[in-house]
Amino acid sequence: MHEFDYFKPPNVEAALKAATEADDPSFLSGGMTLLPTMKQRLAAPSTLVDVTGIESLRGIEPRGEQGLWIGAATTHFEVSASEVVSGFCSAVGTLAGGIGDPAVRHRGTIGGSVANNDPAADYPALILGMNAIVETSKRTIRGDEFFVGMFETALTDGEMITGFEFERPNRASYAKFPNPASRYAVVGVFVAEFANGSVRVAVTGAGSDGVFRWHAAEEALVDEFSERSVQNCPMEDVDMMSDIHAAADYRAALIRVMARRAIINTVRPKG
Amino acid sequence: MNKTRFTVNGRQVTCEAEGRTLLVDYLRQQLRLTGTHVGCDTTQCGACMVHVDGKAMKSCTLLVAQLEGSDVTTIEGLAQGNGPHSVQAAFKEHHGLQCGFCTPGMIMSAVDMIRRHGEALTEDVIRHDLEGNICRCTGYVNIVKSIKAAAKDMSGQTP
Repeated sequence: MHEFDYFKPPNVEAALKAATEADDPSFLSGGMTLLPTMKQRLAAPSTLVDVTGIESLRGIEPRGEQGLWIGAATTHFEVSASEVVSGFCSAVGTLAGGIGDPAVRHRGTIGGSVANNDPAADYPALILGMNAIVETSKRTIRGDEFFVGMFETALTDGEMITGFEFERPNRASYAKFPNPASRYAVVGVFVAEFANGSVRVAVTGAGSDGVFRWHAAEEALVDEFSERSVQNCPMEDVDMMSDIHAAADYRAALIRVMARRAIINTVRPKG
Repeated sequence: MNKTRFTVNGRQVTCEAEGRTLLVDYLRQQLRLTGTHVGCDTTQCGACMVHVDGKAMKSCTLLVAQLEGSDVTTIEGLAQGNGPHSVQAAFKEHHGLQCGFCTPGMIMSAVDMIRRHGEALTEDVIRHDLEGNICRCTGYVNIVKSIKAAAKDMSGQTP
């Protein structure tokens, strides 16, 4: 790992200031991706600004009658173990509890995962599948506008994610086919149905440009919310990843299977 | 250089080191606590597992600088008093090891999962929660048996 300066500021303002003053800064949250990447010298930021000491970035809170807020520096373990989360929508905790392994979940955070936008990460499917509001140090961005491409997001230099706001779905579920070694998604599908009858289907692990929506499945599920609806509907026209873990056509087939599983597992949230 | 104050096995330490200093290197090279192993050095094998504020984490993927004010426990700090910790005793009793290289990490993960699940720790849960620990001898059967026995032995106690 190349040497760098390390700061752990107490608030967002100090963090933004430290980032502005550095040559090539990077925000550090759990570090479960960034530190391994730096050890391999694939990344060499001049300055790490550790955001985990910022109290306002941590926590899980109800927002109004139907909403949920999760702070950016909240760990996967905290999300998976939260009764507020399970009471809001059990699929959220299930997704967080399936990331990596227990040690990674104790350290890794939702903000870090979403900012990194790994094409096989789980959280992007949740943010896009719920069209969540991504709160940053500058503005709010909807899930639909946030993910730009592989490891690319709408975040600009020095912009920090501070939290996420979710609207309660009528029902939702996440199903993934994990890589047996890394537990990243070979394919993961998040399905959610909302009070106005709209349905969203977000797919991670498969697309060359990262997470995407399967629009034909969404339309079919609005007509009939049943696993039969996705059996024959056309696959989204995106470039599928092809690698030693799975060929493109295999991933496309897995999307349908994971979507079916998610739909079958879908349960109406409590309350 | 960064100055970081935290505790290791209950003892206050102050580490003055470059920001890039990893916890596992500080433990092994400065404190000579060599029970924490480096297997893969890529956050996968779990041989470097320690507890930070009571939660299992991989010390090859933690900077010392991140630990200001934290409490770190290594395999050397697990046992209280003269005898081994109940999980260590169970690994000995059920021969939960072959070459022994992964064992410190397995035990640290085992204590963590017993804390989280208590008596509800089934074989299925143990196997899932061992996803972050690799035994290259593939000696998982006795490792799982050891953890199951330890969870049963420790019911009602604080792990």
